[in-house]
Amino acid sequence: MSTTTSAPTGGQKAAAKTADYLDQRTGIGGAVKEFARKIFPDHWSFLLGEIALYSFVTLLISGVFLTMFFVPSMNEVHYDGPWPAMQGVEMSEAYASTLRLSFEVTGGLLMRQIHHWAALIFMAAIVTHMMRVFFTGAFRKPRELNWVVGFVLLILGLAAGFSGYSLPDDVLSGNGLRITDGVVRSIPILGSYLSYFIFGGEFPGHDIIPRLFTVHILLVPGLILALIGLHLFFVVLHKHTQYPGSGRTNANVVGYPLFPVYVAKAGGYFFIVFGVIALMGATMSINPVWNYGPYDPSPVSAGAQPDWYMLFLEGSLRLMPGQTEYVLFGPDGWTLSLNVLIPAVVVPGVLFTLLALYPFVESFATGDKREHHVLDRPRNRPFRTGFGVALLTAFFILVLAGSNDLIATHFHMSLNDITWAFRFLLFLGPWAAFVVTKRICLGLQRKDRELVLHGHETGQIVRFASGEYIEVHKPLDAHERWLRVQHDAIRPVEIEPAEDSRGVRRTGYRLDRMRQRLSQVFYEDRIEPVTPAELAASHSHGEHDALGSDQEKAPAQLLGEGAPTGGGRRLRSEDETDADGRNS
Amino acid sequence: MKALAARRHDRRAPAVLLLLALLLTGALYAVLAPTSADAAPAAPSADQVETGEKLFQANCATCHGPDATGTDAVPSLVGVGAAAVDFQVGTGRMPMQMNGPQAQAKPAQFDEEQIAALAAFVASLGPGPAVPSDEQVDPALGDPANGMALFRTNCAMCHNAVGAGGALSQGKFAPNLWETTPAHLYEAMATGPQNMPVFNDATLTPDEKRDIIAYLDLQGEDAPGGIGLGSLGPVSEGLWAWVVGMGLLIAAAVWIGARSS
Repeated sequence: MSTTTSAPTGGQKAAAKTADYLDQRTGIGGAVKEFARKIFPDHWSFLLGEIALYSFVTLLISGVFLTMFFVPSMNEVHYDGPWPAMQGVEMSEAYASTLRLSFEVTGGLLMRQIHHWAALIFMAAIVTHMMRVFFTGAFRKPRELNWVVGFVLLILGLAAGFSGYSLPDDVLSGNGLRITDGVVRSIPILGSYLSYFIFGGEFPGHDIIPRLFTVHILLVPGLILALIGLHLFFVVLHKHTQYPGSGRTNANVVGYPLFPVYVAKAGGYFFIVFGVIALMGATMSINPVWNYGPYDPSPVSAGAQPDWYMLFLEGSLRLMPGQTEYVLFGPDGWTLSLNVLIPAVVVPGVLFTLLALYPFVESFATGDKREHHVLDRPRNRPFRTGFGVALLTAFFILVLAGSNDLIATHFHMSLNDITWAFRFLLFLGPWAAFVVTKRICLGLQRKDRELVLHGHETGQIVRFASGEYIEVHKPLDAHERWLRVQHDAIRPVEIEPAEDSRGVRRTGYRLDRMRQRLSQVFYEDRIEPVTPAELAASHSHGEHDALGSDQEKAPAQLLGEGAPTGGGRRLRSEDETDADGRNS
Repeated sequence: MKALAARRHDRRAPAVLLLLALLLTGALYAVLAPTSADAAPAAPSADQVETGEKLFQANCATCHGPDATGTDAVPSLVGVGAAAVDFQVGTGRMPMQMNGPQAQAKPAQFDEEQIAALAAFVASLGPGPAVPSDEQVDPALGDPANGMALFRTNCAMCHNAVGAGGALSQGKFAPNLWETTPAHLYEAMATGPQNMPVFNDATLTPDEKRDIIAYLDLQGEDAPGGIGLGSLGPVSEGLWAWVVGMGLLIAAAVWIGARSS
């Protein structure tokens, strides 16, 4: 804020005076000083959350514009406007005002499309950001609560998207509301009461659009805004995590200060996000409600699907066989619609619960109470990475199942066969994805071990005078090596025996036993990182006699370039090493 | 005359004469030959029926039988009318290229005259829907708003809200309607080809059929909001949001996150 150059110009003086005025009245100088010096680590994946933040800002800006023209009313009117296919058609005021917004309000269609694309990007960014946090273990202590805040933001994002999607009162969104009504009704005992409560009577009623409007423009965005504040407050409080690397520890943050580097980077990124969304809104048609027509409970179009973030629910419903509907307690009894309850309530319930509770399950299985500010490389946590990929696979299969009709028409396949294939894949796919991912992770760790112990293969074959051939290996420099040996290999927790030395049963043993079993599932298969002793041994093997025994005990990272490698023979002299520590 | 007679035996004369004859035939054909649309109201000549029968025996009888009564697996053509032939043969669905869940459209195998002849022959087997007149299928005369309402109630559940097409069971499908000619749209409604139900004049009056044609005439790839993305709804929108939107934004993030050197 305050500019301290040698010869202040008029503008600088004015800025300094303004800053001083503010500082004397608010004490903001201290906060600015604190924030300006705050260090953020540099990595593209740390910007994924910013996409979500900036697309939310875009949503707020375009949304305010839309509220100026949208009429949240279900009163019946007859359309009179420029769109020929709607001339004189009876429709709700909500739908008519959406058409007016699209065809008559200047810039209205652009704003509508920006708003909708921004919503899709918002959810996509949340999911991508969450994937980054999950796979790098950024949710570990002390950030478990922030994971939960982020998870709630995801759910609120779904709620915002769904409530907004339903507002134009077109056939497509009305179909979505009808499905929601069916899902609510499938809840045992409470279902029909809840449905009447939500719709203010029999579906569709006259209340749902005004109610959704309040939810969409006041309740949900307010909550999202508050939780974004909390989310960011936690980021400042905990400081940002960083990827492992030389010089990076749990006690520091390596990166650039907020001011000026990150103010410029993050500020500039806002304009990129806004620009990309505006470009999409200007050139790509989205939710053309005039295609679908005003809502009427009778018609359903082919290709009726929700926005992508709700597509997994649609897929889940499409996959469920329809026979599981039962009438209990006689012909006038209760209907138990398992065909809706399981796919629309139980399946998402399971997926989301696993997602929300994962940090707590993992910390229980790990038995680790330390703080972590250095991220994990996904390969070093094979169970977590495999589990995340399995969860994503399940989600992805459900999304594809929700698009089964388009897959059928575009790839000339039978809709029925696709549905059956997905029914099996939903159970087999995540399992296969888990096994494969875990094996890949373990394989990559073995590769790391191999690299650390023997260095890079150079392809140079050398023959010794004795006739022996060896391949020359280029040793890793200290930075490369540190990256591959810095992590802990987490072992399954060990517990005390069930009975003490006098044969008395120990309280808490059963919980411990459970923890141990879970921990074994997580960490039984593992590759230990190279220890300093192993490294020293590998460097000396074949030349044991030549090396002093004290070298074997030296820490791995201290053995810099020039240490003997390559079948134990030193084949490069130290002066071949570049200035940056890498061997050319 | 003598000079002319002397030149009569020029060796190029037959070729020139043949060319002239062909040109004359072509010109006469262009003037006199009826187009398929206005062929229908005119009563088919016996000649046309005879030509049609020959074409039928050569191209269709293998499956539909020499008397066009069909078999267990192949429909009888008695009473399907000229409209069915004009649609099926005119869109290339017949003769069928291969067995499958349903006949696929392909470039038509016969010209308009042959199709008219085939249609005349099949129409002569029993009464059925005729090929509509130009006026009956003129989109300009229809009411697109009424067509929209009718389309949504009767057609959109298979053909998608704007006729972009959709999937049916077991590999069957409702095709995209944007490139279909108004006459073929009318005939499809009147005859119910493949898996489509028949919308006879009691279900959808000829005027209502024309309203639907008027509605479909407004649809296509041109969307008021920009690129139409196939008018396939939220799935394609979601795909593009990820591919274009997230693709560009992540590329920008990588660029911004790259350490300056």
